[in-house]
Order: sequence, then C-alpha cells, then structure tokens
Amino acid sequence: MGLFVDGLCKSYGPVQVLADASFDVRPGEVVALLGENGAGKSTVSNIIAGSVKADAGTITWRGKSYSPASPAAAIDAGVGMIHQELKLLPDLSVAENVYVGRLPMRGGRIDRAAMNAQASAQLKRLGLDVSPERKVRTLRVAAQQQVEIAKALTLNAELLIFDEPTAALGGEETELLFRQIRKLKAEGMCFIYISHRLDEIAQIADRVVVMRDGRIVARHERADIPVRTVVEQMVGRSVERMFPTLSAPGDQTLLEVENLSSPERSFNNVSFSVRAGEILGIAGLIGAGRTELVRAIAGADPISSGSVRVAGRPVHLSGPAAAIKAGVVLVPEDRKAQGVVLDQTIGENLAIGNFDLVAPNGWVFPKAVQRFAQAGIGRLGVKGRPGQAVSKLSGGNQQKVVIAKWVSRPPKVFILDEPTRGIDVGARAAIYDVVADLARSGMAVVVVSSDLEEVLGLSHRVLVLSRGRQRGILDRSEASNVAVMELATS
Amino acid sequence: MNKGELATHRRIAGGGDKVTVSNDASRLKAGAGAQAATGAKLSAVFAGTMGPLIGLVLLCVALTLTTDTFLTFRNILNVLDQVTVLGIMAIGMTLVILIGGIDLSVGSVLALAAMVMGFVAHPDYLNLGLPVGIASALAVAGLCGLVSGLLVTVTKLPPFIATLAMMSVARGLANMITDGSQIIGFPDWFTNLSIIRHFGFLSVTVGLMIVLAIVFAIFLNYRATGRSLYAIGGSAEVARLSGIPVKPLTNWVYATCGLLAGLAGIVLAARLDSVQPSSGLGYELDTIAAVVIGGASLSGGVGSIGGTTVGVLIIGVLRNGLNLLGVSPFIQQVVIGVVIALAVATDTWRRRAQ
Repeated sequence: MGLFVDGLCKSYGPVQVLADASFDVRPGEVVALLGENGAGKSTVSNIIAGSVKADAGTITWRGKSYSPASPAAAIDAGVGMIHQELKLLPDLSVAENVYVGRLPMRGGRIDRAAMNAQASAQLKRLGLDVSPERKVRTLRVAAQQQVEIAKALTLNAELLIFDEPTAALGGEETELLFRQIRKLKAEGMCFIYISHRLDEIAQIADRVVVMRDGRIVARHERADIPVRTVVEQMVGRSVERMFPTLSAPGDQTLLEVENLSSPERSFNNVSFSVRAGEILGIAGLIGAGRTELVRAIAGADPISSGSVRVAGRPVHLSGPAAAIKAGVVLVPEDRKAQGVVLDQTIGENLAIGNFDLVAPNGWVFPKAVQRFAQAGIGRLGVKGRPGQAVSKLSGGNQQKVVIAKWVSRPPKVFILDEPTRGIDVGARAAIYDVVADLARSGMAVVVVSSDLEEVLGLSHRVLVLSRGRQRGILDRSEASNVAVMELATS
Repeated sequence: MNKGELATHRRIAGGGDKVTVSNDASRLKAGAGAQAATGAKLSAVFAGTMGPLIGLVLLCVALTLTTDTFLTFRNILNVLDQVTVLGIMAIGMTLVILIGGIDLSVGSVLALAAMVMGFVAHPDYLNLGLPVGIASALAVAGLCGLVSGLLVTVTKLPPFIATLAMMSVARGLANMITDGSQIIGFPDWFTNLSIIRHFGFLSVTVGLMIVLAIVFAIFLNYRATGRSLYAIGGSAEVARLSGIPVKPLTNWVYATCGLLAGLAGIVLAARLDSVQPSSGLGYELDTIAAVVIGGASLSGGVGSIGGTTVGVLIIGVLRNGLNLLGVSPFIQQVVIGVVIALAVATDTWRRRAQ
C-alpha cells in the first residue's frame, strides 16, 4: 500500500518546475525530500496535498488512484500537510484551532465540553500537556506546531507532509517532534519530510530523495549518507569546501561587552570581547537569548545593565543610530521583515542608513545613490542592478544587499544574526566567504546561528549561551558538536 | 482645439512646469550636485503616476470636447482656485500616508485653525490683528498634528484611532470658541490674497499651493529626510534598525500635516471672507481620495507629490467639469466615488501585471 508517485510533471507557462517525479512512501516510513529552494520539493508536496494540480503523472494512495482537487479533498483522503508558516488562528483556543471548520455541535450550539475533551485526548497522544482552552497566540512556536499536528491527527491523516518543521524549533523541541514522528510511524503512518538540515535527516528519515531543478536526481535507501554527497547532489556540482579558511585575527580588541543584561532577563551578565579580524560565533538553543543579546549590542533593544566598548570607547546604546555611529552594525535575523524593504530597489535599500555617506549635505541625488549602490553591489557580488526591486532577488542576494548596506561605512563591529537562514545550500558558501572577508578586512565579526555546523566552521571562537546565561567560550580547536551541545543544554 | 493650446494646459494641469522649477531650485541650492538632478526628469517627480496622469489628460480631453467653456484660460484658473484648499491639505496627507499612517483630523483641524484665526484677529473678539491671528492658527494646527503624532509614537495608538480622536476634539474646540457661530469679515488685503491675480493669472493662494508642492516634491525626492520617509513607510523596523529616527520623524510628519491643514483653513477663510466651525466637514476623505488617486499606497512607502498633484487635479477637474455639464452635486458624489475605485483598481491591476 502506501503512496506511489509516478511521473508527475508541472509547468507554469514555459517554466517546468517539476519533471517526471516518481517515488514512493511505504506505510510506517519517513521519506526525506531534499533539495535547494526551487528544486521542486514544494511543488511535489503541494500536488500531493491538493493545493496544486499536476499537468501529468499519477498518484496511487492506499491502493487507489488519487488526484485531490483541493486541500479539503486531500484531507478527506487522509493526507495532511504541516506548512512551514503555521496556519493557525492565533486568537482562538487550541481546541477551536484543532476543530476549526467542523466544530462539534449539540442542540445548535458548539459543544465546548466535547471539543475540549477530544482535543485534549489528541494532545495527550502527542505527549503534550497544554490546556485546550488556551489561546494559540500564547503558545511557543513549537507548541503551535504540535497543535497543527494534533489537528491533522483528528482528521485521521495517514500521510503527513512536513515542510521544514524544525526551522523554528530548538534542540529539545526537535527531539520531541522526532519522538512523536517515530511513535506515529510505529502506528503505520507515512511521512514526507522536507528539510534543509542534513543532520536531522540522518536521525529521522528512512529513505532520502534528492531533487534538483524539478527532477529527482538521487534516491538513497538509507538516510545516513555523507553530507558532502548529498550536498553535491543537491547543488549539482562538487562542493570543494563549504567554509573558507580563516585568517589569524589581529591584536586590537574592537568589541568589549561587560556584564550585559537585558530588562526581560533574556540574557544575563554576558561578557566577551572580539578582536579585529576575529569571528566570534554565538551558539545556543532557541530561547537561549542569542538574538536578544546581539540586538541589544546593536542598539535595537534596551539593556538594563552592563557596558559595551568599541575600540576602547564606551558606547551609549540609546538606539540603532548611536550604535551605527559608533561602528556597530547588525544584519538582523528576519531578513524580509527587518533587513530589506522588499518593494524598494537595491539602490534605495543600500541608501537607507547611509544617507550621511550618500548625501553629505542632505541632498540625495539619484546618481550618487546609483554610484553608492554600484560600489556595494560590486563589492559583495550581488546579482542585480541598483534599480531592481529587492523582492525579485533570491534569498542569498537579498542577504548580500543587507550586508552591502553596511560594508562601505566601514563598520568596526559587524554582527550577523542567522546569516544563512532560508538561503540555498549552494548560495550559503558565498555568504560564508563574505563573512570571512569582513573579518579579513579588519572588522570584529559576530555570527549567531542555529546551524551548529555553521558556527563551528566559521568562527575563531564560539560563545555558548543557555537560558540567557553565558556557559563558556570555546576556542576553535576545542569547539566540537559535542562540546557546544553540552554547554548549550546545561 | 489646436494641439499647442492643449499641451500648454496639460502642462499646467499636470504640473509639468514644476519639474523645471524644481530642477532649477535644486541646482541653485545644491551647487556641485546639481548635474545629477538635471538627469532626473519628469520621470522622477511623476514616477509611478503615469496611470493617473493619463486619466487626467483623458478627462481634460473629454471635457474639452463636450463643453465650450472647459478649456478656457478663465476656467482653468477657476479650477486652480477651487483646488487650493484641497491641494495644500493633500501635501500633508501625502507625507502621512507615505509613512504608512493616515490623518482623519485634517478637516477638523482646518476648522479649528480658521476659528482660532478669526477669534484672535477679529475686532469683535480679541482684535489682535491678522498676523497674530494667522500665527496662532498655524501654531494650534501644528500642535494638533504633533499631539496626533505623539499619540501614535508614544501611546502606540493606531493612526486611524489617534486621528479619529483628534478629529472629534478639534471639531469640538472649533465649536467652543464662538459657541458654534461664524465670524464674518476680514480686511481687504487678506481676502485679496485669493482674489487678485498677479501677472494676470496667479493669486497669492494658488501661488502658495504651487510653491508648497514644489518645495515638498524636492524635499521628498532629494532630501535625505524625505527619502527616509519612504523607508519608514516601506518598513518601519528596517528603517529603525538602519538608524533612521522613526519616532521623531513620525511626530514631525503629523505636525506638518496639521500645520498644512491649518494653512488650508486660512486660505479657505480668505476665499470665503469668513470662518465657521463647521467648515472642512468631510475634507479628510477628499484629501485621502486625492492622495490615493495619485498612486499612493495606504500601506505606506509608495506615493509622491507629483502623483498627489495629479490626484488633486483629477478631483478638481471632475467637479468643475461636472458643474459645467450641469450634473447635480449628488451625481457628482457618485462619480467621484466611482473614480476613486477605478483609479485604485487600475493601479492594482497594473502592479499585478508587472
């Protein structure tokens, strides 16, 4: 039985996004779909989940021909999809979210008692102890995801498609999710699991399907394949090195952070320093306070105590403008909401925050903006023109625009929060090169990342945070997966 | 109707002459950088407003063909006279909408400013003279705007609510000053500001509107602060993290919008030779309509003074033309409503097509 996908094709106009995709998922099995953005993973899953119609090809599900006309039809057939951006109603209760669209009725009124009891039972099945009456808004992202899974389970789903489920989860939460998947697997459920994180695939998947440019390029009967092999199959060329070689840092200390604490206690008494040419990685689980810490250093959030010195001079962190003036710049975590104005051009995006350079007398002339943008584009190798809208660029190029915005100042301290989030594996290497170059040009660089491999590969030293406390700073030579995780989970 | 004549009028209507002046002005002030400004042609000021501009031209052509009187020098001057109040308010509203806000209080602030001016200046009341009256009116109007801004930035009220509150407060205050009665009769020099046409065509009030439009067009296009407003409207968080002082600028924008509404109130007083607490009722909607017809996005980040000028002229020409055609004011409201929907819908379609 299970799911058999045979020869699926899909084109949008002249662009073929999916060509002859065939694979199967047996009952009680997790099949991982790997590939860069645009490889066709989402198209395949959307076809199976009923939100996109295939041009050609057939799907057989539980022994019957299956071609869902809508997500509702897919759900009726027992196929559910957990989207990366959760589709919940934040101001309704957990139970209401689970039963939305089919609220249990009695005598013309919603039977809240029955609804809450049933929702509670499903949440228990997932090992989740959350009141069904709680508003979804008040739950953490991980718990919200569990609500989505509970919803799918009450719909009697037998095939669940996960699209990047762990993108917003910390280590423990990912572990919980995996335990649940294994449990449901044992009950005979099928899973299609889409992820960028290759280390997870080895843990959770039974088989691996690799896609590239709308085609399936490899099928692996087991999941513990060398990362390099998979990456090479995904990007279609051999990846010589993911991380650039780091040059030795200089002697001058550019950033000194002393006993820094936040008003909300999201980080406490953090102290470290970064030298010119040095890259300091900050590792930790979600909620460890990494983003909060670097945002505070960049003046984006207030601090309650502690001090920051840049090149020996104390900085009064009254706001981003003060930090920028002191030479501290931030590439924020959420590129689309905090990094770039999507609807504006590359030139405009680069000029924002640099009007003092572009327009020394306050007069902004298009040619000056053009020149400034061209310099930034050239320096970072952005694939685009100054007059092009940023929304039309790939994630990697958008990120380069955010970095390019700051390089010309030039800053003393460059902070990057999740620099490769949502960026293709192939494009990540380019970002790593840029980060290494920033350090080489004499800046103190701070990199925050949830991707442990990234922190380890890119940093001279690694600061580990756990629940807002600094657990240690590891030197490159002593920083390993295990050493960092030990501190991060302490 | 010969083409040359039409082109001349189109240039006046579309503000083509402003472009030349704006380039001149920036060249004067900016010295060395001026060559860059010369490169920015019509496209810079009217960027993204081709649709409304074409609409305005078609409207003018249609009215020229259907009436004898539309395309006369006298009537064009009438249109300009009639749009001064709307035009001045729309400049302030453009700034507010550009940063993603809205100001519902402009009609009430207009009335309050006019009443303050009358109360301070008129012999029946304080009798302190018009200059003091005008200064007080502008101060009160700017203060109203500043309070709206502070409600948005400090109290974190949504702009809609903050300015809705201000709309009610300002209207109430305007009524309180004279207990609801109007003040009639100002010195001749004051009313002449809107009557005497210097050089045979330009009244002081129309000239004021044109100068303000040019100044703010230059400001939005070529000043760092002006460009920063586009950034705030595009994404306030990106702007803040980029070191742009979002809150002070937001306060300033609302204060400027209030100030310009007050100025519009003074112009209206000059035109009517009287002030009344009920004036400006519903003007906020006309003003928002003009800005939106001119291609601005209510979600912020998109819009220009050039576009707003076109929007103001579309409303002005439409009203004027419908009057010439003898269409009843009730039907005029319907037509203007349809035009708003049509303008924004075409704009949305065009964007989607791109």
